[in-house]
Amino acid sequence: MAGLLNALPGAAAQGLIWGIMAIGVYITFRVLDIADLTVDGSLGTGGAVCIMMMLGGYNVWVSMAVATLAGMCAGLVTGILHTFMGIPAILSGILTQLGLYSINLKIMGKANQAINVDKYSLLVSLRYIRGVALQKNTILVVAVLLVILIAILYWFFGTEIGCSLRATGCNDKMARAQGINTDFARVLGLMISNGLVTFSGALLSQYQGFADINMGRGAIVIGLAAVIIGEAIFGRIFHNFALRLLSVGFGAIIYYLVLQFVIWLGVDTDLLKLLSAVVVAIFLAIPTWKARYFSKPVPVKKGGEN
Amino acid sequence: MLEIIGISKTFNAGTVNEKRAIVDLNLTLKDGDFVTVIGGNGAGKSTMLNAIAGVWPVDTGKILIDGRDVTKLSEHQRAKFLGRVFQDPMNGTAATMGIEENLALALRRGKRRTLGPGIRNDERETYRRMLSRLGLGLETRLTSKVGLLSGGQRQALTLLMATLVGPKLLLLDEHTAALDPKTAKKVLELTDEIIGEQGLTALMVTHNMKDAIQYGNRLIMMHEGRIIYDVEGEEKKGLSVEDLLKKFGEASGEEFANDRMMLAN
Repeated sequence: MAGLLNALPGAAAQGLIWGIMAIGVYITFRVLDIADLTVDGSLGTGGAVCIMMMLGGYNVWVSMAVATLAGMCAGLVTGILHTFMGIPAILSGILTQLGLYSINLKIMGKANQAINVDKYSLLVSLRYIRGVALQKNTILVVAVLLVILIAILYWFFGTEIGCSLRATGCNDKMARAQGINTDFARVLGLMISNGLVTFSGALLSQYQGFADINMGRGAIVIGLAAVIIGEAIFGRIFHNFALRLLSVGFGAIIYYLVLQFVIWLGVDTDLLKLLSAVVVAIFLAIPTWKARYFSKPVPVKKGGEN
Repeated sequence: MLEIIGISKTFNAGTVNEKRAIVDLNLTLKDGDFVTVIGGNGAGKSTMLNAIAGVWPVDTGKILIDGRDVTKLSEHQRAKFLGRVFQDPMNGTAATMGIEENLALALRRGKRRTLGPGIRNDERETYRRMLSRLGLGLETRLTSKVGLLSGGQRQALTLLMATLVGPKLLLLDEHTAALDPKTAKKVLELTDEIIGEQGLTALMVTHNMKDAIQYGNRLIMMHEGRIIYDVEGEEKKGLSVEDLLKKFGEASGEEFANDRMMLAN
């Protein structure tokens, strides 16, 4: 039990970092109605760019900013594949993701690059969970970043451009009829989403002390899990857009806490990804199952009531 | 106002499913014309409206709005000049967004969208006033999600959105077909009112011949991608459904083939 309790703060910190990534997934999956698989590659890009720049002597904030820009470029590529080249969204994401594997390898020069927390001034680290000054505590730092990002996104999706993105995801026919360039909206949404994902990747690589070519594998599933958990638990009480984003962040934290619990139970860690995939698959099936097996017949109304 | 010069559109060209939807179509609308469009299934009515709206490029011909060639403009660029209401009430509005947010999107049609607020406080008063004339009680539900509204309410809202910033041309594609008769009548009357008030130029596809005769100042009948009958003014007002059916037989040499249209009368 003590082992579990000891592991929980770390799980919460990881959950918060993945929460930023999951908000990126929320923007494509829920706002734009696109399942964007670019993220499996761009998360690694975030880690690779951040670690390599820091090893090269750049400041941590500069490194994270460049990593974010790199992610936005990845989103731009997927967006162009999808809109200008007319490739289905899922396939566009897969193509970019595959290309990013090579790019990430080239950025790092090899499959794994470690960074020493004692030699470089990292923003977050698994060493900064306990016994550090409050302002250096990783959980607090990431929580503050998460809140700032949510505030920015909340503002953005309330602007004219932000509204046009939401309209595009909801009903692109209507959006075009109202003069919205839906291709532009999709590309922009993919850029923002992947920017968030690489930012999260940059944090994650600092946290774990290395960037790895495989760190993004299955990221989309974790992101979706966070979105789904957040919606399932907070969906009925959180209606405001900012709160919905926050619930995605909570979803990621819960995911990591549950994961930690499952590990503590002694489940073979090799099976964790399979477990995640099964859980996400079931949750994604719920709307369909609800409609197919549990829908009540609609009572017939009389007259021309509108 | 609107000039359509020799446009054609063939779908699935070169395959067994080839469909010549519109064939060398010509049509000119004057400022303030309210034209009703009738015709059988697959006559090219919706195709004509989609061609004007720029849903896809036409194969040949030119489309001018107010003297400006829009043939090469994309759908969202043409939206600046057009108000559109679709047959399916779900198509014209964004279900997950609020009533006021939908109206705010429409208010910005044809304008450059910036990082300014997506909706301003002073707009809400206008929206409330416009909604209250619908008599559907929507003015007290500005922030309600549009997905909660009925088909009739959504279609009335779409109509408001289409006419919010005075389109050069209003395109109505069987916009009452999916509504129950009572609601359809209400939306149609509202349409007529708004067109009259704002002096809009409009093209209204309908499957109801009585409506086609009753509303508007001009009527065109389409068949196999062509306009086979075009009538306006007093002559149009004096028409009966029987006249139209007869005209159709004369012009096309066939029986009128639209089950819905027969049932509707």
